[in-house]
Amino acid sequence: MSKLHISATVNGEAVEYLCDPKQTLLDVLRDELNLTGSKEGCSSGDCGACSVTLDGRLVCSCLVLGVEMQGRSVETIENMASGEELHPLQQKFLEAAALQCGFCTPGFLVAAKALLEKNPNPTETEARYWLAGNLCRCTGYDKIIRAVLETAADMRGSK
Amino acid sequence: MAGYEGKTFKWVGTRPIRPDGVDKVTGRANYGADMNLPGQLTGRILRSPHAHAKIVSIDTSKAEKLTGVKAVITGKDFPDMHNGVMPGDEGVNFHHLSSNIMAKHKVLYDGHAVAAVAATSAAIAEEALSLIDVKYEILPHVIDVDLSMQPDAPLLHDDIFTSGVNPKPEKPSNVVQRIQMQLGDPDAAFKDADVIVERSFKTKAVHQGYIEPHAAVAEWSEDGQCRIWCSSQGHFMIRTLTARLLKMEAAQIRVMPAEIGGGFGGKTIIFIEPTAVLLARKAKRPVRVVMSRDEVFRGSGPAPATSIDVKIGAKKDGTLVAATGEFRYQAGAFPGSPVGPACMAAFGPYALTHVRATGYEAVTNRPLCYSYRAPGAPLSSFAVESVLDEIAQKLDMDPMEIRIKNGSKEGTQMVYGPKLKAVGNLECLKAIQSHPINKIPLGPNQGRGLAAGFWFNLGGQSSAVVNIAEDGTATIMTGSPDIGGSRASMALMAAEVLGIDYSKVRPIVGDTSAVGFCEITHGSRVTFATGMAIIQASEDIVLQCRQRVAKMWEVDVDAVKWEDGHALPAGANAGDQKPLSLAQIAGKAARTGGPLVGSAAINAGGAGPAFGVHICDVEVDPETGHVTVLRYVAAQDAGKAIHPSYVEGQIQGGVAQGVGWALNEEYIYGEDGRLQNSGFLDYRIPVASDLPMIDAIILEVPNPGHPFGVRGVGEVPIVPPLGAIANAVARATGVRMTDLPLTPPKILAAIDAAK
Amino acid sequence: MSGFQYEAPVSVDEAVGLLAGAKGLAKVLAGGTDLLVQLRTGAVQPDMVVDVKRIDELRQISGNAASGFVIGAAVSGSEIGEHAALVKAWPGVVEGMELIGSTQIQGRATPGGNLCNASPAGDCTPGLVAAGAICVVAGPKGRREIPVEQVPVGPGKTSLAKGEFVVALKLPPRAKNSGDAYLRMIPRTEMDIAIVGAGVDLTLDASGTCTHARVALGAVAPTVLLVDAAAKALIGSKIDDAALAKLAAAASAACKPISDKRGTIEYRTKVAGVLARRAAVIARDRARSNG
Repeated sequence: MSKLHISATVNGEAVEYLCDPKQTLLDVLRDELNLTGSKEGCSSGDCGACSVTLDGRLVCSCLVLGVEMQGRSVETIENMASGEELHPLQQKFLEAAALQCGFCTPGFLVAAKALLEKNPNPTETEARYWLAGNLCRCTGYDKIIRAVLETAADMRGSK
Repeated sequence: MAGYEGKTFKWVGTRPIRPDGVDKVTGRANYGADMNLPGQLTGRILRSPHAHAKIVSIDTSKAEKLTGVKAVITGKDFPDMHNGVMPGDEGVNFHHLSSNIMAKHKVLYDGHAVAAVAATSAAIAEEALSLIDVKYEILPHVIDVDLSMQPDAPLLHDDIFTSGVNPKPEKPSNVVQRIQMQLGDPDAAFKDADVIVERSFKTKAVHQGYIEPHAAVAEWSEDGQCRIWCSSQGHFMIRTLTARLLKMEAAQIRVMPAEIGGGFGGKTIIFIEPTAVLLARKAKRPVRVVMSRDEVFRGSGPAPATSIDVKIGAKKDGTLVAATGEFRYQAGAFPGSPVGPACMAAFGPYALTHVRATGYEAVTNRPLCYSYRAPGAPLSSFAVESVLDEIAQKLDMDPMEIRIKNGSKEGTQMVYGPKLKAVGNLECLKAIQSHPINKIPLGPNQGRGLAAGFWFNLGGQSSAVVNIAEDGTATIMTGSPDIGGSRASMALMAAEVLGIDYSKVRPIVGDTSAVGFCEITHGSRVTFATGMAIIQASEDIVLQCRQRVAKMWEVDVDAVKWEDGHALPAGANAGDQKPLSLAQIAGKAARTGGPLVGSAAINAGGAGPAFGVHICDVEVDPETGHVTVLRYVAAQDAGKAIHPSYVEGQIQGGVAQGVGWALNEEYIYGEDGRLQNSGFLDYRIPVASDLPMIDAIILEVPNPGHPFGVRGVGEVPIVPPLGAIANAVARATGVRMTDLPLTPPKILAAIDAAK
Repeated sequence: MSGFQYEAPVSVDEAVGLLAGAKGLAKVLAGGTDLLVQLRTGAVQPDMVVDVKRIDELRQISGNAASGFVIGAAVSGSEIGEHAALVKAWPGVVEGMELIGSTQIQGRATPGGNLCNASPAGDCTPGLVAAGAICVVAGPKGRREIPVEQVPVGPGKTSLAKGEFVVALKLPPRAKNSGDAYLRMIPRTEMDIAIVGAGVDLTLDASGTCTHARVALGAVAPTVLLVDAAAKALIGSKIDDAALAKLAAAASAACKPISDKRGTIEYRTKVAGVLARRAAVIARDRARSNG
């Protein structure tokens, strides 16, 4: 099968790429567009390390075909900070030591950002269930959940 | 180690942002699979679908002819190996290791590598694998450790003769070794017991479950030099083993440490790097090999399944009089089970005069058995803590009281040889005893479980370099991969010794050609041993600065002291010289002897053993057997917490892994010997909604073997959770279960059987 | 080399034409949360993949409680969960959909996909079966409507003919004093495949007596079971403890499960009764507060 030509928006910029129908959005991001911040942990939608937002909706990029992206828009971890300013979640993850190995961290941040956009005041239980699709094997989730809840409080306070 | 007792630390014990943090929250940090070299090919590995089979033939001709395929290799491409020992005194059988990386004549487990290809795309590489024709002659297999030890069990190797038994066996068997350690005469001492509990336990194999699959990029150049980028718990280990397995010289190979996405012991051995090197050599292009999650489960180094008998006797007042344990541990397809450490750690929290630990290890048709965080100890501890809890119940005694009464402490003789120096076992027990959790009333179907755990920790070889720039800032370099924040700890220790701001210290993990040898990141050794190297290299800088200032001031070096990043006159004899900062001294370095480079290369002894005590509350749904962990508190002696947040993180992470191990994680094999749950869907590691907050309490009983008092902290947190959860479930349900994991179907069956 | 032709039709007719005309195996791609995993592992090797997400009709929720909702087959779980009127009228149907996978999976997974993947453990199906949902199927011979329970015929197998695909799911008009619920048993709290699932839909009369009930069980047989005997245990009762006990016994008695890596025959059989009972209580309480 020949590759398909796809025009899409990635992190706010128009991009074009050639894509084999079997390649996932994650493959495209990592191998074609050199955006390696999204990680591959399982390729089955079970770990969340490849989390991105697709037209504003949180998804696993390993479960989206690259060819589905025609005309669509994706946001990745690479676009979460604006310039030299980290997103409040990124800053809080650093301060709260909410990462150890850091491999799951981009996925958690993208997912947590989507949570706070939908629900600025999540309970601990809501945060835990929203993030249940993001596996972390290092932290036991404690500091991650605290960081998300504290960021939510900070962001509510600053509004 | 003198010089720091009683010192008030300025940096050690604080919680600054880790130096590598921004890269890791922005997606910039490069992990093993993120490397992309010009011309890079995709490598893929073909794996056995059979648990045990003879390889009759491998025909790769069709794969080689496929357009886009640049190299195909099989076991025949690997040099023949003989046994040998690698630096660090870890006995490694190179024939076995090579045969694990690529099967030679037999496949020994579902997932055993048999061939590999490199191609211009992943799709072509996968198609090439499907074109490789392997003819197998299927052999009977054995996975259960007890069955594997039977005389008529299918034999995996004809060169394994059980060691540690008399007389030496004449026939080969699957039983690799028998080991025993003993104090006193437990068999006689049981006669003094008022109560004896003896139970048998079974546990299933589990995986470390790091989220980053193994990944390596290899590049071969025409002059025989080779570069490897990979994530591992020790790039020097990768260099040494790649060199030995491919019959190369170590200096030919340069291994670049990528960031590592979790290891927990599972990345302390080699799996794919030699394959990537051989493919790159044959293809004459760089090759990236990345395992899929399925390959990680089927073809890496999960922890053992076990079968355990533990017997403990106690007086009416709770005094333990004797204890024995027989620990039968699965090895994988090749020897390497952690039954030795399991025996050493099993009874660690308790002072016992009469105790015996016997260990057996047997090879089985499953992947290589390798390290998982406190290797072996969680399982032996689970059995001991379960039996101890039952004794407390039989004596109608508080489970905490029996542990404190018998708790090991300074001076306690350990079954494996040494006497304990200052340790924090009793401190941890008392911290948990006085924790508010004990006052929370339990509802129906709820139970509270307690367990203690021990791990001896390791030291070993580490190197460090401290380079002072002309402006007085420091670049510090070690060869220990940063698996969970160790760069921050290294920078804190260097800042403390140098007396400069933490932000002026930049820590680097150097590649194998840039920094001196460091052993793998294992045994909770890095903050202790590599940290000690950093301290000594920083002290080297301080000494050099004092020497140079002494020259400038024309005084003896003893007349110059170092305080808060400045050289000062030590007393009146040195005159009234103004203090000189590190930056000022560095600025004059050219005129006082050249660059300021401090270094240390050590083999650190004196690793302080670590203790942890955990308590948790669970609720069991009596109609479904589902367990909810309501509360969890863990206290641990860290000696000295360099960066307390990351110590807490180690504790919380170990607890989460232990909870998963206790409740849901297991390797599930079919009758055909094939792994049925090689993905995160059915290999159920805890998700965020499975766990409560984990209250981590750090205690600091300084380790006399470290200048700052540091003890390793990474491993002991995974030792108590299995026992703590099992004890809580036993108390919630009134049924004591001895098979892990405690899955809902098993719990419900046990509850119903007890009705 | 192995690959497939990717098509993204914008109308139902175009999709039918592609599927009917495809040489070899053609697969419908909706959310892709099952299909992409099957593609990755090689379990499915299609010659053509037809992405139906660009067909407007499949991406909409229309209707209302009184007239009956029509849920496009390719609406995502998140979108279903955000539809307030649907959540209010059919909380059990929505629960089933929302229990599929993580937040990320919810962003993609669809009821049509979950139904046509035909896993006996699919979380979306028991709730739909209990609700009496009708499946709208388009094909070369036009459209037909069949009860949801007639779509799956075995693990991974559906009754759909070549060229056919699911366009929408129609829920019946919602009677007053009705409530539904779906519960499943998984070892963790999220991210697992159901060991057992139970969906219950019921309607009460003014006196609180059950006048209508449907009980569906997942993961206890090759397809989702509609258990008439369990429904009969509720109908005519006030859904008291005696009726609930009869319901549980009938649910367990209907099970024809297997033992596998996720659960045993004994476990599934027993827990099916437990979950059916618990789901009935939730449905009853919802019906009482849903006048």
